[in-house]
Amino acid sequence: MIINAFANPQRFMALSRVALPLCAWIGTAVAAIGLVWGLFYAPPDYLQGDTARIMFVHVPAAWLSMGLYLGLVISSIVVLIWRHSLADVAAAAIAPVGAVFAAIVLATGAIWGKPMWGAFWVWDARLTSMLVLLLVYLGLMALRAMAPDPQSGSRLCAILAVAGVVNLVIVKFSVDWWATQHQPASVFRMDGPTMHISMLLPLLVTWLGSLLVAAALVMARMRIEVHERRAQSAWRKRARAAGDGSAAPAAEFEGAS
Amino acid sequence: MDHSAYIWAAYGVAALLLGGEIAWVAWRLRAAARRAAEAERSSAAP
Repeated sequence: MIINAFANPQRFMALSRVALPLCAWIGTAVAAIGLVWGLFYAPPDYLQGDTARIMFVHVPAAWLSMGLYLGLVISSIVVLIWRHSLADVAAAAIAPVGAVFAAIVLATGAIWGKPMWGAFWVWDARLTSMLVLLLVYLGLMALRAMAPDPQSGSRLCAILAVAGVVNLVIVKFSVDWWATQHQPASVFRMDGPTMHISMLLPLLVTWLGSLLVAAALVMARMRIEVHERRAQSAWRKRARAAGDGSAAPAAEFEGAS
Repeated sequence: MDHSAYIWAAYGVAALLLGGEIAWVAWRLRAAARRAAEAERSSAAP
C-alpha cells in the first residue's frame, strides 16, 4: 500500500530532512509577499476601510486552524483503526501547531472586533466555537502529557479528537445557522466567493505561504517526537542489555534519523 | 477614523505567536536530535 511506503519513521525522517527547509523558506517568502500585498497594495474595504487588512492574517489562520484539526482527525482515525505509530506522531505534532493558529485567530479577531463592533469579545456562535476549538487543542495536548502511559494517551487523544470534529462543523456553519455578529462566509460559499479579486488574490497567496509554514512546523514537531521516541528506545535497549528486565522497545523508531 | 494602531497590533500579535512557536520548535528540534544521537551512542557502546 502507498501509505506503508511513505509512513514508516525512517522514510519520514529522510523525506522531511529535505521537505522541511523547503516548506519553511518557500512558505515564509510566499506569506511575506501575500502580507505586503495585502497591507500596502490591496484596496481598502468599502465599509471597514483599512481595518479590513487584518483579514490577511486572521482568515488564513482560521482556515489553517480548522484544516489542521481535520488532519488531526484523519491521523486519529488511522491510529484507532490501524494503530499506526507515525499517525500517532502526526496527531501529537498537529495539536500544538493548530492551537497556535487558533490563538492567532482569536487574538486578531478580538483586535479587529474592537473598532468594528465596539467590543473585543462577544459570545456569538462563531467566536465561541472557535474558542472551543482552541480549548480542544489544549485539552488534547494536556491529555497526552498527563496520560499514565503513551499507548493509553494515544488512544484517548484519538477518541477525543474524533469526537471534537462536531465542533469543527459548528465553527464552519455557525454563521449560517445562527444570527451572528461575525460576518458570513465570503470565500467558501456554494455560489462562489463574493470577495473582489483584488483582495482575494493576496488572501490566497498569504494562505498558501502560511500553509507551507504550518506544514514545516508540523514536520518539525514530528521529527522532535521521532527523535524523542528513538532516544527512549535506545535507553530502554541499554537498560535491557544491563539486565533490568524492562520491556522490548518499539523497533520501528530505532535508527530513524 | 484612523484604526492603523489596531492593524499593527493584530499583525504584531500574530508575529509574536507564530515567531514564538517557530523559535520554540527550532530549539527543541536541535535538542531532541542531540539527545537521540547521545542515547544511541551510549546504547551502542560496550
